[in-house]
Amino acid sequence: MENLVQIAIQNVNIDAILPSLVLCSFGMVLLLMNAFMPRGKSTPAAWFSLVAIIVTGIVSLAAWNKPEFGFFGGVALDNYATFFNIIFLVAAGLTILMSDDYLKREGYPVGEFYTLILFATAGSMVMASGTNLMMIFLGLEILSVSLYVLAGFFRNQTKSNEAGLKYFLLGAFSTGFLLYGIALLYGVTGTFDLARMGEFVSANPEAISNPMAVAGLMLLSTGFLFKIAAAPFHMWTPDTYQGAPTPITAFMSAGPKAAAFAGFIRILILGLGSMKAEWTSLLWIIAVLTMIVGNVIAIYQTDIKRTLAYSSIAHAGYALVGIVAANEIGVSGILFYMLAYTFMNLGAFAVLVLVGKKGEENLTLDGFAGFGYKRPWLAIAMVIFLFSLMGIPPTAGFAGKFYIFAGAVKAGYIWLAVIGVLNSAVSLYYYLRIMVAMYFKAPTEEFEWIKMSAPVVASIVIAVVGVLYMGILPGGVISLAKNALF
Amino acid sequence: MISVNYFLVLSAILFSLGVFGVLTRKNSIVVFMCIELMLNAVNLTFIALSRHLGNMDGQVFVLFVMAVAAAEAAVGLALMITFFRNRESLDIDDANTLKW
Repeated sequence: MENLVQIAIQNVNIDAILPSLVLCSFGMVLLLMNAFMPRGKSTPAAWFSLVAIIVTGIVSLAAWNKPEFGFFGGVALDNYATFFNIIFLVAAGLTILMSDDYLKREGYPVGEFYTLILFATAGSMVMASGTNLMMIFLGLEILSVSLYVLAGFFRNQTKSNEAGLKYFLLGAFSTGFLLYGIALLYGVTGTFDLARMGEFVSANPEAISNPMAVAGLMLLSTGFLFKIAAAPFHMWTPDTYQGAPTPITAFMSAGPKAAAFAGFIRILILGLGSMKAEWTSLLWIIAVLTMIVGNVIAIYQTDIKRTLAYSSIAHAGYALVGIVAANEIGVSGILFYMLAYTFMNLGAFAVLVLVGKKGEENLTLDGFAGFGYKRPWLAIAMVIFLFSLMGIPPTAGFAGKFYIFAGAVKAGYIWLAVIGVLNSAVSLYYYLRIMVAMYFKAPTEEFEWIKMSAPVVASIVIAVVGVLYMGILPGGVISLAKNALF
Repeated sequence: MISVNYFLVLSAILFSLGVFGVLTRKNSIVVFMCIELMLNAVNLTFIALSRHLGNMDGQVFVLFVMAVAAAEAAVGLALMITFFRNRESLDIDDANTLKW
């Protein structure tokens, strides 16, 4: 009996979940604090959650190059997990910075908002460090349940209700597929542990052609492709992104998407590496479809939030190209691209937070008319983010796309890279349209409502620095990303 | 002796019924019940496979799935209540302010 306890303690290894543990503890303390705070004061909660993000960032960085494994092989806090943890923390930190003034303007200064962001981030961390299907599933659900609430957070706004309800129903639907996929893979391999699953499949090649394994792979991919908003599972994305509070839209497009990629890559390469031929041929088609659907439909949008929603679908397609390549440069390119996308997309949404008015009826192209002359610095920041989203040098978006497409070419998927580049060209149209509105159209009304507030400006400045640094000197981050591969 | 195949076929049928319900029904609560049916079909698969393989992992997973489903139900019903308060309806066809 004592021996059993000894084995259990050795195998649990709390250090392996330290970052998410710290973040969850802060989240729970904040939850209690909110109960005792006067209603209508959310600023202390915002600062507290910012401290939580910074402390967790320090704890996460301390784990770099010192991998910890625990929970009977279920959790690995390796460099891969740490790299993604930093992405999630950057996304959450920038979201918190831009949220406070926004919540006050919209009349929902509620501290629980930040608690949910912390829990969603902790869920993402569990997902990135999980090496067991059970762990990855749990992380995904911690993340999703927090996000369902956040999407429907403005409970008196019909748009937000609708965003939350649609996200919830379709999210739970896709969870069913994901679970069925996990069940079938368990039936074939007899384990949830990805490393043992990988060993089993490579030792029993006949398992690859087992229809149960192929069906399991398809169903599991459906669940993940839903979360990363790949076509044809993207139907929820535009509605949820448009209806959700703007900072949450920004958060959803960066952090949780990166989390889904983290879990998906780990499962495909570690667990199902021997089935590579099956999943590359599936994801090849999905990647092309996602890029085309995202970019082509974005052209027809008039609402800027919705345009960025379709653009985020297209960007998921670019990142999928890296998974199809499945080589060192492609996968480290995805890691780089996720960080770059976090900076550029959150920056663009921070500008939208400033430009929007109460109730947000002001997010059409007309709302940006003449913006470039009325608020020149803000407009320059927006131009940098849009250039980065297009993939024009010297921005982070260019470097990220370069690595991903280089990976695809190296793996022999030249046509995939060509389609990706052509899609980037299509995307110029709808990004440039925003710039044309900013600089070449007369303003329809004055811009008195734009109040620069220090935290939002800080988030924009951080995002600009991130985009330019990763664009001009990508070498440092890409070598970190290469070190982060498992 | 009932072989594992019967359980797998039964759960596949239950899962398909759930999917069919989600795609055809209009009331959000009924849609959510169909999703629960899908999750429980998966639970049955887990239990049957766990018994067949002589491996407890699958049964442990079922406990997690049930806990997660309960959390999802709490959040989902709350979202439906807020939707109902503003719209006086739970019909998913009424969720139509956001479209392309």
